[in-house]
Amino acid sequence: MLEFKNISKWFDGPQGVVTALEDVSLSVSPGELLAVHGPSGCGKTTLLLTAGALLRPNAGQVSLDGQDPYGQNPEVRSELRARMIGFVFQQFHLIPYLTVRQNILAPSLAMPAKEADQRAQELVSRFGLDDRAGHVPAQLSTGQRQRTALARALLNKPKIILADEPTGNLDEGNADIVFGYLSQYVAEGGCVLLVTHDVRAAAHANRTLQMVDGRLIE
Amino acid sequence: MNFALGVLSVMVASASFIGSVTLLRIHDLRTGRILGQKEAELAERMTQLKDDTRKAMLKLGFNVVILPKDQNLADWYSDDYASKYMPEDYVHRLANSGVVTVRHFLPSLQQKIDWPERKRKIILVGTRGEVPNLHKNPVKPLVQPVPPGTISLGHELHRSLGLKVGDKVELMARPFVVQACHKERGNKDDITAWIYLAEAQELLDKKGLINAILALECLCTLDALPQIRKEIGAILPGTQVIERGSRALARAEARTKVETEARIAIEKEKLGRERLRAARERLASILTPVVVAACAVWVSLLGFTNVRARRVEIGILRTLGVSARHVLLMFLSKHVLVGVLGGALGFGAGLLSAVYFSETLEGTRLWITGTNFSGPGLLLASVGGAAALSVIAGWIPTVVATRQDPAEVLREE
Repeated sequence: MLEFKNISKWFDGPQGVVTALEDVSLSVSPGELLAVHGPSGCGKTTLLLTAGALLRPNAGQVSLDGQDPYGQNPEVRSELRARMIGFVFQQFHLIPYLTVRQNILAPSLAMPAKEADQRAQELVSRFGLDDRAGHVPAQLSTGQRQRTALARALLNKPKIILADEPTGNLDEGNADIVFGYLSQYVAEGGCVLLVTHDVRAAAHANRTLQMVDGRLIE
Repeated sequence: MNFALGVLSVMVASASFIGSVTLLRIHDLRTGRILGQKEAELAERMTQLKDDTRKAMLKLGFNVVILPKDQNLADWYSDDYASKYMPEDYVHRLANSGVVTVRHFLPSLQQKIDWPERKRKIILVGTRGEVPNLHKNPVKPLVQPVPPGTISLGHELHRSLGLKVGDKVELMARPFVVQACHKERGNKDDITAWIYLAEAQELLDKKGLINAILALECLCTLDALPQIRKEIGAILPGTQVIERGSRALARAEARTKVETEARIAIEKEKLGRERLRAARERLASILTPVVVAACAVWVSLLGFTNVRARRVEIGILRTLGVSARHVLLMFLSKHVLVGVLGGALGFGAGLLSAVYFSETLEGTRLWITGTNFSGPGLLLASVGGAAALSVIAGWIPTVVATRQDPAEVLREE
């Protein structure tokens, strides 16, 4: 599903060139949850953004469901993202003035579908948010916010979920709930690339990789 | 807040435009009313003066005398009647000619004679009543004709001779019945006897002749004796025209003067209003673009603030796959909404402020009405123009929003 071949990414900073990814190769297949562990600043988020067709690598090749996203124009890349990728972030990144239900429906802006409303309702129920569907994020607990973010990631039935520290702001109970949902998604044939420093992720991952200074270690 | 401020600034821009246009329209409306009122007042005054003049002229009687061309005027002035004669047919030629400068044609034959039966010197006037002007609307005759076989007597005559209406008298061996006894007039009429023209012609042996045609000068040709002379001279070459009645003419001249002065005053008023309008138009042509430009800059700044405040939101939406074009439409539609709302509110505010300023400047309130104000058209212009202004002003911030790199936003967050 997702394949990195010798990906390198560096940034020009005020103190010279900073290498975020160095010759990274990996692949994630359907039905697999790949966890990438590493300390802050090791390049995990860069890895995820590159995988999400958001950050063009300086070297190497990304393949998403057999396509090179960076070989497409930005409009097609946006459509590819909407169709194939679900994102989950540590900060949830919900739109503050939209309700839970509206936030879950946000990806349908990119890919309108007749059944979007029905699908959103299913996700609201599946993630136990029925009584919060009309609330805005500020009125939710952190666990409810992350569940809303997860539901949003699943609206367009993506082929892969890219999760950046999805449990970083959650207590143990809510973290387990999130891992449970991710595992369930993988069990249903999806695949997940999870970058985290939470060691609990290993218990739910099919495979775990370690990242140090932009390099992957098995 | 950002939205409300945007609506407010578009409203100000729209109001300044609508206010300027409306203020000028109110000015035009007011000018029309002022000039219309003055015209109406003048027309009313002129009607009154015309009526006064007409009455004066009618009281004075005929003020144009048409005499044979060879009549010595010194004799005419001293005797008060002509000693020369002209064909009676002249009056018909005049009446049928379409002459416009005179009316009420009265042919007469006058002569001072001795009334042998009564041993009195009298002025005998033969008259047959007015000959209608066939080219003008008929008007009531100034004098009534004397029927054949009758005689009308001046005051001095009937008083001194002890005659009354219905008495039978003889004049130069011809019998007459007294048909009227006139009141004292204090002029030669008091010693005048009027009989039917044909009978006078027979008695005086002047068959088919007359020695004067009396007429009334037409009010439409005041101060136009040369024109009357020219016109009558062309129809009746063997005549001369004398004008009498200076009092009526003076009044007519005064009337003309009043009209001329009033017209000058109206023209001055019109010129003053035109100058005022030009000054206001100049001011509006400077002020409105400045206000509109300032509002556009303000909307643009608000747009930048909005884009900055929604930076993360835009980044998330772009991450979720929402295209740059979609983001562009989202922001532009908001600007359209700001423009439409601001334009509609500005339309109302502009109208009200124009009415208020117009009242402050001119002292009286004047509402514009449908007949002189294209409300729907102006509303459409206001809303459309405001939407365009908002979109143009918001274009750069919107493009900045679409060019925002979502990866950068997410990395920073």
